[in-house]
This record gives sequence, C-alpha cells and structure tokens, in this order.
Amino acid sequence: MTAIQISNVQKRYKSLQALGGVSLTIEEGEFFGLLGPNGAGKTTLISTIAGLIRPDAGSVTIHGHDVVTDFRAARRNVGVVPQELVFDPFFTVRETLRLQSGYFGLPNNDKWIDEVMENLDLTNKADTNMRALSGGMKRRVLVAQALVHKPPVIVLDEPTAGVDVELRQTLWKFISRLNREGHTVVLTTHYLEEAQAMCKRVAMLKAGKVVALDTMSQLIRRISGSQLVLHLKQGVFPDDLRHLVTHPEEAARGKYSLRINEYSEVEKILARLREGGAVIYEMQLQQADLEDIFLQIMEGKTV
Amino acid sequence: MMSTGFRTLVYKETLRFYKVATQTIAAPILTAMLYLLIFGHVLEGRVQVYPGVSYTAFLIPGLVMMSVLQNAFANSSSSLIQSKITGNLVFILLTPLSHWEMFSAYVIAAMVRGLAVGLGVFVVTAWFAHMSFVAPLWIAIFALLGAAILGTMGLIAGIWAEKFDQLAAFQNFLIMPLTFLSGVFYSIHSLPPFWLTVSHLNPFFYMIDGFRYGFFGQSDVNPYFSVSIVGGFLAVLSLLAIRLLASGYRMRH
Repeated sequence: MTAIQISNVQKRYKSLQALGGVSLTIEEGEFFGLLGPNGAGKTTLISTIAGLIRPDAGSVTIHGHDVVTDFRAARRNVGVVPQELVFDPFFTVRETLRLQSGYFGLPNNDKWIDEVMENLDLTNKADTNMRALSGGMKRRVLVAQALVHKPPVIVLDEPTAGVDVELRQTLWKFISRLNREGHTVVLTTHYLEEAQAMCKRVAMLKAGKVVALDTMSQLIRRISGSQLVLHLKQGVFPDDLRHLVTHPEEAARGKYSLRINEYSEVEKILARLREGGAVIYEMQLQQADLEDIFLQIMEGKTV
Repeated sequence: MMSTGFRTLVYKETLRFYKVATQTIAAPILTAMLYLLIFGHVLEGRVQVYPGVSYTAFLIPGLVMMSVLQNAFANSSSSLIQSKITGNLVFILLTPLSHWEMFSAYVIAAMVRGLAVGLGVFVVTAWFAHMSFVAPLWIAIFALLGAAILGTMGLIAGIWAEKFDQLAAFQNFLIMPLTFLSGVFYSIHSLPPFWLTVSHLNPFFYMIDGFRYGFFGQSDVNPYFSVSIVGGFLAVLSLLAIRLLASGYRMRH
C-alpha cells in the first residue's frame, strides 16, 4: 500500500519556485530520505504533506487521503516533527503530550504517552515546564508530540539538527523500532551519514525538483562506483590513467584515488602500473559514500 | 456532537489563561474596581441617568460588560498571536481539527474568560450600590453575545496580525474607542445629536445598553432591537472568522 503519494506538486513564492512539479511515491513501511541543500524545497515539501502549506498545483495523499480535501483523515495518519524548535511555554511535558493526544481524539492515552516518554528519556522531565527544558529535551518533546497519536506515517524534518550524540542514538533506536513495527518514516537531514545508515531509499531535491530517486545501495553503485586508492612507493603514475584520478591534488604526496565502475578494472590498472615500473606501498578499495554522490549530483556531474 | 479534539482545545485555551490568572483575571477586576472608585466618587450625586438609579449603580453593569468584552477579546487574540509568533500554532495546525472546531473552541474559551472576569467585577463592585435584576435573562443573553462577539473579533485580529504592534493597533484604535464610546460611563442621550447618531452606529453600544436593561428595566433603545443588532453582528463576524480559518489565511501558506 502507498503511504504517501506526491503528484506533480508545485509551489511558488513570488519569484521563487520552491517546488517545481515534484512527484514521489513512498510505500508503506519504507524508511525514506529526502535530501538536498538548504533551499532545495525539502521543508516546503514536508509542509505540504503536513497540510501547513497549500500547493499551487498537484496533490498529496497520505494512505489514500488527500491532505487538502480529506485533511482530517490525512492528518490522523501522519505525525510531523517540525524543524523549528517550538513549544508552548504554558504547559509541562505531560500536559503538552496529553493536549496533543486530545486534539487527535485520544483523551485517555497515558499508557502510550508514558511509553513514548520512556523511549525518548523524557520520563523524569514529565512534570517539568517546557520553558525549563534544554534545547535537546525540547527536541525530544517535539518528537514525542508527533508520535502521540501513533501515526502510521512519521515525518521528521531535520530531527537531529544541533542535538547531542545521546539524543541521536535514543531517537534513531526508537524510530528504527517503529519502522520495524510497520511505521513509514520520512526523514530530511543534513547529516548524510545518518541518512545512509537509516534510509533504504532516498530522493534528492535541487531547486524544487527531484534530481535523484533510488534505493541507497543502487544510488551508491549506479552513480559513483568505487574508488581505488593507491599510495605509490616509487615509479611514475601512467598518464593514460590520469583521467580516472578524482583528487589530482593528492598526487604530490604519491596518493592516487581512481574511480572504477567494475572490480575487473582493478586488475587492468595494476597491470598498467607494473608496466610503468610503479611500486605500490598501500592499496585500498573504497565504496563511495552518500556524501560523494550528493556532491556529484548537486554539482550536476551526474543525474 | 462535541469532538474530543474540540473539547481538548477548549480545555487548553482555558487552562492557558487560568495558569496566569493573576494577570488574566485578577488584574482586570482591579482595574474595573479603580474605575468605579474614581468615576463613582467624582460623579455620584452629580449625574443621574435613569430615574431612581444612582450613578454608581448605573456604572456597574457598564464596567462589568466592558470587562467581559475586553477580556474575551484579549484571550483569543493574545493566544493566537503568541502561538503564531512563537511558532507553536503548528501543533494545532497539524491536527485533524476542523475550522469549525477551531473557531468554536477559541471563542468559547474567550467567553469563559470574559464572563469569569465580568462575574468577578460584579462581585467586587456590587457592594457599592443597590443593584436590581429586573430581567436576568437579558443580562445572560447580552453577556453571552457580547463575550462571543469580542472572542470572535479577537480571533480575527489574531489571525490577521503578524506582529504584536499590529494587534495593539487593532486593540487601541478599534476595540478601545468602540468600548469607551458605547455608553459604559454615560447614557448616549446625554450626547449632542451628532454623537448620538454616531453612537447608534456602534454595535458595542447595543451590547451594553441591552445588558443594562437586564438590571434596571430601562435602556436607551428597546432590548429586542439591541439583541437583533448584536446577534446580526455576531453572525457576520463568525462567518468572516470561519472563512478566514477555512482558507488558512496567514496561517497555512
């Protein structure tokens, strides 16, 4: 079943085209990453899913419910963690969560509220006023508020921006558990290693358009290939291999990083080096990471 | 049927002002008390608006209604503007609450605060004059309608305003003049003809005049006429507020 269907969503703010016809399908149970530089349209897209922004054209459905025309059902199916660290200073943590639960029609929800607080290490702050919490604790409450109605779809907009390692670990442990239990998770983050570790599939946005959409493993394999990193002890690096070097500035130190698409290319490169009299001091075969891919795509080197 | 979401929002909006009751309930009661002491002291015995009714007795319903109106307005407007500026309005906007539920919840909570302050003002000021209750039903009707109107106006102002000074302008240049020129402190029949005509264009005048009728059985205009003006005004404002909420004006971009 489709968790989120985004069809040709467009949004313009005066001269800025924030979303230029975005279409995505996110299936139930996926852990999906939405990546892109600042201003790419990630938050605009998430706000459209959440019903906070009305698109100029196109539509978004959550579990089949249109976020504009059938907003009540759509919003019951989604929990959104906003990027901004916002809170209501009048209430304690427990009051905040009970109120949020009540808005979703769940007045007697203390068992789940306690479980969410427990999983986010908030239990000993339950009766503390929101004003008295640290930034990291407020972020935990934001996550708890989004989960309080047990939404099948969880959308997290930069949930770990500016928070410590402990919260990241606590958060990802809990979110991973929810994902294993069948909740769909959509994540935006600037921490690409986080996306690489968590997301099975990613979409990359650039200037309001999807410029890449694939599973994490396919994306890494398809777009960037691998890198053969060589440190030469002696000899000269052959000129006919220089087009494969990705970081020419490292050559002065005798280090050569070569992009390869297939492992069979390694043997050919080594043979060519032997012919040229080069002696290898150290050799590594590295898988490209999401950061390499991200930079390649954003710099327009590949699509 | 009242949904849980709606009841929760009413509860939250009520709890919000209750938590700062010194500022939201006690302070306006004290202010009204000061008005009574000063105006009552200066004008008692010098001004008689209705036969057999002392100036202090005449003033009390006006002060009660003024407090109801100002505090109903303050509740919905301040809640919304604070939520908008601090960003926590998102917690309401992300929920399945409909625009009808949001409208009703904000207005009802505003009415609760307005009426609580009004009751408080009455309790502390009624000791200073002999008060009668000729038509209690009119008292209740006008108190409820007045609180609902100003709660709705507060909602509209809160939706429209994007900064605190815009809300302050709405309050200072619209709500305050309409309240003070509505006959809280005087009968409009004591005004020159031009200002008498202008006062008849002020819907706040009908709220206070009808409310006062409930106490003394005397008023500047017929309470049935007043209730139709006030009811019509409420209907127009409610439609406007619901329309703004439904369109997401200045809330959903």
